[in-house]
Amino acid sequence: MARLTLQEKLALLSDAAKYDASCASSGTSKRHSADGKGLGSTEGSGICHAYAPDGRCISLLKILMTNFCIYDCAYCINRVSSNVARARFSVEEVVHLTTEFYRRNYIEGLFLSSGIIRSPDDTMADMVRIARELREVHHFRGYIHLKTIPDAAPELIEQAGLLADRLSMNIELPTDAGLKAYAPEKDADGIRQAMGDVRARKEELKTPTYRGRKAPKFAPAGQSTQLIVGADGASDRTILQSSTRLYGDYRLKRVYYSAFSPIPDSTAKLPLIKPPMVREHRLYQADWLMRFYGFDANEIAPDQGNGMLDLEVDPKLAWALANRHVFPVDVNRAGKDMLLRVPGFGTKSVGRILSARRSGALGWTDLRRLGAQVRKAQPFIVARDWRPGALTDAENLRARFAPPPEQLQLI
Amino acid sequence: MQVVTLPRLGTFDAWRDRARGLARAGVCDTAVTWQMEGDAVSLFGDTAPVSEPPLRDITVPKAFPALAKQLCASRAPGAFDLAYRLLVRLNDRPGLLSNRADPDVDRAEKIAKHIRRDMHKMKAFVRFREVTPQGANRRQFISWFEPDHRIEELIAPFFSRRFGDMDWIIVTPEVSTRFDGGTVSFEAVKTERMELSDETEELWRTYYANIFNPARLKVKAMQSEMPKKYWKNLPEAALIPGLIADAEARVHEMRKAAPTLPPLRAAKVLNRQNKDDN
Repeated sequence: MARLTLQEKLALLSDAAKYDASCASSGTSKRHSADGKGLGSTEGSGICHAYAPDGRCISLLKILMTNFCIYDCAYCINRVSSNVARARFSVEEVVHLTTEFYRRNYIEGLFLSSGIIRSPDDTMADMVRIARELREVHHFRGYIHLKTIPDAAPELIEQAGLLADRLSMNIELPTDAGLKAYAPEKDADGIRQAMGDVRARKEELKTPTYRGRKAPKFAPAGQSTQLIVGADGASDRTILQSSTRLYGDYRLKRVYYSAFSPIPDSTAKLPLIKPPMVREHRLYQADWLMRFYGFDANEIAPDQGNGMLDLEVDPKLAWALANRHVFPVDVNRAGKDMLLRVPGFGTKSVGRILSARRSGALGWTDLRRLGAQVRKAQPFIVARDWRPGALTDAENLRARFAPPPEQLQLI
Repeated sequence: MQVVTLPRLGTFDAWRDRARGLARAGVCDTAVTWQMEGDAVSLFGDTAPVSEPPLRDITVPKAFPALAKQLCASRAPGAFDLAYRLLVRLNDRPGLLSNRADPDVDRAEKIAKHIRRDMHKMKAFVRFREVTPQGANRRQFISWFEPDHRIEELIAPFFSRRFGDMDWIIVTPEVSTRFDGGTVSFEAVKTERMELSDETEELWRTYYANIFNPARLKVKAMQSEMPKKYWKNLPEAALIPGLIADAEARVHEMRKAAPTLPPLRAAKVLNRQNKDDN
């Protein structure tokens, strides 16, 4: 085989990395290089330096160290049984791409993932070497996200956590049965164990030593994972319940949902579908409701019904339509938790309502000025100059929001 | 009517000095017009500062200076006047800024939001090109960028914190910002658009083309975050039309392709693992 150029490797190993949805670079500790001795900074919120025509943000150089892999996960372009061309970066090549892209302000940092080669320990050790080279030789102070290999030795995960801003492990399939069927080499218990270890280590290092010295930061931007949507038969309720556990028991920072997307050289085991993008979007909305709006997975995807989110209206509106007895809510009196449940009110507008209503009772125009979507909120609120009357309980309320039914196509 | 003309560089500091003096003298906001040097809004020149003795102390809430700084960077008509009007009104109503339902506060916050967006996009879309001469001991980079507002001085600290070990220049149509050996300096000088390029751009374009997933085409989402006005200065943007045009055919290919036989080594690798497990 002819030696691949750096450009050819980059093409293969970024193509292989695009099925990972995460590109976040925010929420880590603050660093800078104003002292002139290093390169890079991080400050709270990350930056999207470009957008691809798929609408996704490009914030990090997201690549695989190698796409050689000994696992055979059916949904994955890099599985051992795929005929995709293979390549491998050297440590120097990854360091070069990261720092040179960074200097030109193309990226916030590196998201390094890898196929499993030889053994989990070898793979993880190589990834740690890249991160160490960046931090210690090049004094790189930008963002580093390392995908950790669940079965790698704890010392390696420890080193990875001390060098990186974020660690992640992808579960990919929401149920253990799905994992067994489509990712036979992956071990659900092993992944959970590793996530629990990272959580424990993170908390351990947060408590200062008895001498009062501050411990080194361990993965300051936390852990994340990804679930593929639509590859196996898991319902939205199953997915959201598993997210609840991940946020609760393992203190994950983010769970990403990735609509199962066609890959080149697919396997007969898993037929290609059109990626369920609306479903993915609804899951993100539901995830937001659980993290910032005080909703519970069981409220959003209740036991009755098929366990799937409504594709036509967003999950908050769907909940309000199904729970009209708690509405209308008086915007001048209601508490924060109830205001957060009003369709059309975001966390920002709720904050503004709470602070503005101290200066006087709020009316319709005030709410609009505060950034609330008043048309959506209309049936669910009472304001100084607005009462919904019978609208809250109107039979056809859902039809006001749902898109009109599509005409059947006659072919 | 008083007219105050503000300089292109150091705009906020100049505004603050003059505004403080006027407000302490009790000058009503309708009695002052503010303008940027070079923008001949008023036919009258800058009038002499008021000479009345200070009549009252001026205090502002903590959040005001940052808001006023953003207003002073804006090209929106009346932004300086609005900043002064808020300053005057704050004297009687110190809690004013927390009431977003107030039309002045609302407009100020909207203008400030535009400034923050403009700054954010500049952090994102500045592209440096290397111009290091031989033998230099620090690497040198240059960028051309066209912000919507006068944000050069507001944004410079971000680039100094980030690119501390290299020298750089960011040129905009009105101001050149230079970071040389660790110190920042500004020069108000009109410049025409510069055509720049760099070898590494080819690698960046390769990355951009390959990280794109053709099965998830969402052109509107891309354009709302990366509006076309920025494209001419982004090395990757020239690829966009081609990527969009080919997307459908590429997905069709993937679907049409029949599953292939696994490569020979697959069976060997999987066998070895099974043996290890037993």
